[in-house]
Amino acid sequence: MEFFFQILINGLSIGFLYALTALGFVMIFKSSSVLNFAHGGLMAIGAFLFLVLSVWARLPIWLAFILTLAGSFSLGFIIERFFLRPLIGEALIEVIMLTLGLFIMFRGLLLFIFGGDIYSYPDFLPPALTFHWGPIEVAGVYVATFIIGLIFLGLFGFFFKYSSQGIYMRSVADNQPAAMALGVHVRRVFALSWAIAALVCAMSGIVLGIINGINVHEVSDLGIKVFPVVILGGLDSIGGAILGGIIIGLLETFTGGYISSGLREVVPYIVLIIILLIKPYGLFGLVEIERV
Amino acid sequence: MEDNILLKINNISVVYSDVIQILKAVSLDIPEGQIVSLLGSNGAGKTTTLKAVSGILKPENGKVTEGTINYEGHNIQNSSPERVTRLGIIQVMEGRQPFKYLTVEENLRVGTATRWGKPYKKDLEMVYHYFAPLVYRKHSLAGYCSGGELQMLVMGRALMAQPRLLLLDEPSLGLAPMLVKEIFEIVKRINKEQRTTLMLVEQNANMALQIANFGYVMENGKIVLEGDAKDLRENPDVKEFYLGVAATGAIKTYKDVKSYKRRKRWL
Amino acid sequence: MRNLQLHPCGNFRETYRQELTIFETDFGRLATLVGLILLFAFVPFVSSAYILYIINTIGIFAIAAIGLNLLIGYTGQISLGHGAFFGVGAYSAAILATKVGVPFVIAVPAGGVITALVGMVFGIPSVRLKHLYLCIATLAGQIILDYVFVQWESLTGGAAGISIPTASLFGLDLGSDRIFFFVIFVCFAVMTWMAVNLIRTRYGRAFIAIRDNDQAAEGMGIPIFLYKLLSFAISSFYAGFAGALYAYYMMSITPEPFSLWLSIEYIAMIIIGGLGSIPGAVFGTVFIVVLNEVLSIATEFLMNVGVTGMGITIAPLREFTYGLAIVLFIIFEPKGLAEVWRIVRSSFRLWPFSY
Repeated sequence: MEFFFQILINGLSIGFLYALTALGFVMIFKSSSVLNFAHGGLMAIGAFLFLVLSVWARLPIWLAFILTLAGSFSLGFIIERFFLRPLIGEALIEVIMLTLGLFIMFRGLLLFIFGGDIYSYPDFLPPALTFHWGPIEVAGVYVATFIIGLIFLGLFGFFFKYSSQGIYMRSVADNQPAAMALGVHVRRVFALSWAIAALVCAMSGIVLGIINGINVHEVSDLGIKVFPVVILGGLDSIGGAILGGIIIGLLETFTGGYISSGLREVVPYIVLIIILLIKPYGLFGLVEIERV
Repeated sequence: MEDNILLKINNISVVYSDVIQILKAVSLDIPEGQIVSLLGSNGAGKTTTLKAVSGILKPENGKVTEGTINYEGHNIQNSSPERVTRLGIIQVMEGRQPFKYLTVEENLRVGTATRWGKPYKKDLEMVYHYFAPLVYRKHSLAGYCSGGELQMLVMGRALMAQPRLLLLDEPSLGLAPMLVKEIFEIVKRINKEQRTTLMLVEQNANMALQIANFGYVMENGKIVLEGDAKDLRENPDVKEFYLGVAATGAIKTYKDVKSYKRRKRWL
Repeated sequence: MRNLQLHPCGNFRETYRQELTIFETDFGRLATLVGLILLFAFVPFVSSAYILYIINTIGIFAIAAIGLNLLIGYTGQISLGHGAFFGVGAYSAAILATKVGVPFVIAVPAGGVITALVGMVFGIPSVRLKHLYLCIATLAGQIILDYVFVQWESLTGGAAGISIPTASLFGLDLGSDRIFFFVIFVCFAVMTWMAVNLIRTRYGRAFIAIRDNDQAAEGMGIPIFLYKLLSFAISSFYAGFAGALYAYYMMSITPEPFSLWLSIEYIAMIIIGGLGSIPGAVFGTVFIVVLNEVLSIATEFLMNVGVTGMGITIAPLREFTYGLAIVLFIIFEPKGLAEVWRIVRSSFRLWPFSY
């Protein structure tokens, strides 16, 4: 029974990490309908930026954190401005390939600088975060992940649902010409969504780094793992991303714990295919409203 | 016209993809506070004229190659929609394009994009005042609204921007006659009460000429006729081709209409 | 007898037959013939072993890239699983050759056919899925197949892989690169010829119609699901065929090369070469394979000179350049090398009167 609970807790925390990763992904998709393959690359950049600032430059953690977020935010702007803007209106596959190309570039760059080694952050989380429940212990990082995830979920939900800028962003994704005619600054919306997404990516990269230590391969692979998560939840649903992340996390750890550790890596994709066949828009995705 | 001219389109030509010329030397004046209607058959260039004003030609690879569009001293030909809308010109696009996945109220809030950050509650009330049926659909997705509600929605959305010049592209398209009448009445009220200048592109010439002060008729990318709305209503050609009344005054039979015997070309 | 045409005279056609011609001019026909003769009569005899190896690799990859271009460029179905299909072909040929003892002549086409079947299975989601979703479904296919290669040890030999006996064709030993060159390029010529002709048939036109607007295509009476499946099957057949050749050429296979990376490489080939263009697929393959080789030579050189520190492999620099090449091509020449080639050719042809 203890084993079961430990796996459950592990699954939940990994799931939350996935959910956090998926958030940034959904963010870009929701506002600009771009499927971002460079996601893992952005996460890795955020994680390594934090590493450089906190460990190598010895800045205080909070400052390093803020600088990392600011840096990623600007990086998002730059990517949008120089790589995606020329492609507005181009075929989908070209945009996909572009993000793939960016992903490969980022990864190559990071590998070149940092190599394939595992780095770790200094231990800065207060020990009080560790949570005990009978024989089960939940490590502080997981609790922190959970809290950060909840905060972000709340913030983004609120942002998209109630803030004007959030509504403009959704309107652009929905019907770009109509939004343009109403004076929505479409290019600004795209830039902003990439910037915010890069920021969220950096967040999840850092969290991943705290949990597992950072390694270029591992972080960027998570960018691929995000696909089953977002498909399960629905590409454009923030709540779905969270739930999808948790479900995939649980599935992985339970398969790993009870069936075989080799299968663990593939289960999400098998689920993905099944989901796509049964419910192509995911659990919470918007069904395309087609009026003729 | 003696009135203060709000928008002056001076001799513009519009070319799509560098080769397809749609507008040939079109000139229009829109006096402040009035309703001007632009009539013409399909493909005459009415919508293109509107797009040239509102700046959404560019995404469609179109360009104003000659002439100027002057709005209160600003030259706005070939400027971006962001700039034009911020000057107070809002276009309601043809074919009712709601944001399908946003609720009605969220749709209306997108209209505030030109004055982001300023309070909008009063405008919401104003829109609900004109378009009462929208209140009941406030929280439902726009994608599931009926055609009439959508027309009200897109017009209300444009009103939220507090436009000085509202470009309406075929508001009557595909609506029941009763509804068309209602919508036109609202348009007239908006013009009177909000002092919004309106440019109305219509196929339904009868309706349009009833509420408009002034009218232009386009054909093949040119303005072929212009005049006060009531003069246009009396013009025998307009009567025959747009109002469906023969020169003699009798309603033409379907047979005559179909035969196209007297197809008038103005140029 | 009709006059020989040397220069095409604008885009001017009077009959549908002209629209369907492969060679616009007799000069083009001649050039192709001369090119083929040069390819077979000179290339294998004048190039060094290393160059020959590169050329052979290009030939094999080009077959698979043409297949992928049929799927993505002509039918508009994005697939991120082409690398795995290539692997399926390699493994089926290897398994048939080692476990069943099937000869080379049968094993290679059989590899293609088996892959076509597998490809159809993964093409089934295309009934309901479009664009992004299909792309992700094929990504899942890639990862699942990858897993199968590694984990189904009884059949695939796991991470250790399979070694394959030397190919022989009608008693002729195909062990050397030079002889294998002929096998590869005869296959390549035939497969290219088939692809070019496929596009001219009703099937090809149906594919293009589906790419441009599948709902309209369906409205015009094209059974889109069947055609999408067919496109997946043909494309996978090309991949599998190439994979089988690859297995024989390499003499041993492991799951490693058939990763997601290979799929990305294939997509890069056809994007860089030009979507919806058969010569484009070939150009793209040449570009990527040569780029790979140049990059490895360059990094090796740098390592010898001592610029880069120890422990840094060629991979990162290669990856970076690779990504950069893709990004630059998409931004600056989205129609790919085929378009560049067309521009270069026509500016030569029209020189000095460029209009």
